[in-house]
Amino acid sequence: MAEATGIKDYIKPENLVYKRTGIMTENVLHYCPGCGHGTVHRILAEIIEEEGLQSEAIGISPVGCSVFLYNYLDIDWQEAAHGRAPALATAVKRLCPDKFVFTYQGDGDLAAIGTSETIHSCNRGENILIIFINNGIYGMTGGQMAPTTLPGMKSSTSPLGRDTRLMGYPLKITDIVATLPGTYYVTRQSVHTPANARKTKRAIKKAVQYQKLNKGTCFVEIVSNCPSGWRMTPVEANKWLEENMLPYYPLGDLKAPVDVNAQKPVKSDNND
Amino acid sequence: MEKELRLMKGNEAVAEAAIRAGADGYFGYPITPQSEIMEYLMEANPQAKTGMVVLQAESEVAAINMVYGGAACGKKVMTTSSSPGISLKQEGITYIAGAELPCLIVNVVRGGPGLGTIQPAQSDYFQAVKGGGHGDYHLIVLAPASVQEMADFVGLGFDLAFRYRNPVMILSDGAIGQMMEKVWLSPPVERSKTVPEWATTGKPPSRQRNIITSLDLDPAAQERFNQKLIDKYNEIREKEVRYEEFQCGDAQYLLVAYGTSARICQKSVQLARKEGLKVGLLRPITLFPFPSKQISGLAVKADLVISVEMSAGQMVEDVLLAVNGKTPVYHFGRMGGMVPTPEEVVEFLKSKITGD
Amino acid sequence: MAKIKGSIVINIDRCKGCEICTVSCPTGTIEMAKEVNHKGYFYAYPAHPELCTGCANCAVVCPDGVITVYKTKI
Repeated sequence: MAEATGIKDYIKPENLVYKRTGIMTENVLHYCPGCGHGTVHRILAEIIEEEGLQSEAIGISPVGCSVFLYNYLDIDWQEAAHGRAPALATAVKRLCPDKFVFTYQGDGDLAAIGTSETIHSCNRGENILIIFINNGIYGMTGGQMAPTTLPGMKSSTSPLGRDTRLMGYPLKITDIVATLPGTYYVTRQSVHTPANARKTKRAIKKAVQYQKLNKGTCFVEIVSNCPSGWRMTPVEANKWLEENMLPYYPLGDLKAPVDVNAQKPVKSDNND
Repeated sequence: MEKELRLMKGNEAVAEAAIRAGADGYFGYPITPQSEIMEYLMEANPQAKTGMVVLQAESEVAAINMVYGGAACGKKVMTTSSSPGISLKQEGITYIAGAELPCLIVNVVRGGPGLGTIQPAQSDYFQAVKGGGHGDYHLIVLAPASVQEMADFVGLGFDLAFRYRNPVMILSDGAIGQMMEKVWLSPPVERSKTVPEWATTGKPPSRQRNIITSLDLDPAAQERFNQKLIDKYNEIREKEVRYEEFQCGDAQYLLVAYGTSARICQKSVQLARKEGLKVGLLRPITLFPFPSKQISGLAVKADLVISVEMSAGQMVEDVLLAVNGKTPVYHFGRMGGMVPTPEEVVEFLKSKITGD
Repeated sequence: MAKIKGSIVINIDRCKGCEICTVSCPTGTIEMAKEVNHKGYFYAYPAHPELCTGCANCAVVCPDGVITVYKTKI
């Protein structure tokens, strides 16, 4: 393994501050350079290690670029049909309620073909975590328009830019899901800067703890990039994300309890 | 422990049998003529007694995917529907077969195509036996002809599903689902406390992670996997054929029919024999694996074979394959939910004997 | 007053040259190499190691998790 190192004197085990978690397997990620998937995978893996969840975690992977998620995190996995992950997770959590159950889905998976499964699992308040990677495009199949593609945004099936008269407006599925009483924690994060990546980790960690409360669905959207689909370098893509995606998909909590031990979410109509 | 005698609808018998078989989960969606299955389960509330999960999903698509998730955890899970809903489930079914997961699917067939009718039919034979979903796979298909078999095939179906890691279908129809008959119910079996070693349970340090998937982008590996499925289906063909013969010993004319058609043909055999015609009935109980050898063996001794189905002619193709040209094969059927009378079948047989 | 000094180790074989670490580093420690790794990517490396404070921003944001970070007080 070839390495580029800084000052060697400081490289000692007692000085170790950050190392890639052992929950990530040795497989090289197949994602394009700069793709946010890798960052989110790593954050999720770190949380699984820190919370000691390896023997409780059951992940449901989607169809899309992250279909191979099961090659990268060393936990038990189920590969779902396109859009159906929340249905699988529903059964898994109801049949094995003491497991940590989560789905990881892209924008086509969750907000196009899987819209019904997304909304109904949230409406039933399944005690699962749904991780939603929104990069406004279909990466795996070559860069087609997604339900979350921005107006005017170019893609291989909207070469002149998304025309809202023909294709409607971007679907703010997270906002819709936040209105459902079955959801307990709904938040929108990103991983394009270190500060945001750290916030995302805190958000997912909260969701992991909330699942133990059995108070409903936790839904974490991560606005992310697709350098290949957007036809930009990774650094340009992250800048474009800040200037274009975030105004449309603002970061922050859409629905959150006051604290981890809260009995009642702040913005919901629950009568719990 | 004793069996319990009850008078029940076919649909209700499936539901009660599922609880007694120690099923872990049922995921369904209402559709006529089988909604009673879920209604019975909701009322029986097995969750309180055995912990069995009963959930009404938002669609048949969601239900079959819930079955996938539960099956991947090694649990005994099932779904039921009728023809249009079974069409919706085809994607999920091929994924289940491709991931080699055990589960039970019940199709209470109604007339089609499309929205069709709510009356009974047997027009889903191709869908059940020949594929239905994409790719090379098979379901083990059990065809009950009575309320008793509706109940018995639930436990049998789960056994076969777990033995072969394959989805199993009970192919019933609206008549059997709705009729009431005596049924002997088996004593309840406890829900299993262990799951197979391939199931997703959370990865303990003692093993590698379990990945339940039907995806493999390496064509050589995918071919090997398909060959593995072929070998499995060949084993099933060898070991799991089930059928019933009714007065076939000296049969000059052979009827082949399953489910409701078989009940009708049993009467037809009696009527025909009264007129001096030596008719026999072979009733396939497994449609996959199909009792080809048995049909072939009887057909060579017969003058003609009639496949009787409530369809435009689907099982007749497998009968033709089994007979392989040695004896004339005809199809007799009613469609759209019409149920033939025993007399109609006898008339048709007589017309074929005289060469119409 | 004690100074916080850091040192990073980059697995250059797994680096895909996305450059996000370079814009995330607050001290300008990391730059992209002028040569490629065996996959053809220009890899990141600590060009100015003496500037590194071990904040781990680079490691936190790296999509491929190729950076290991050490920090000490001197």
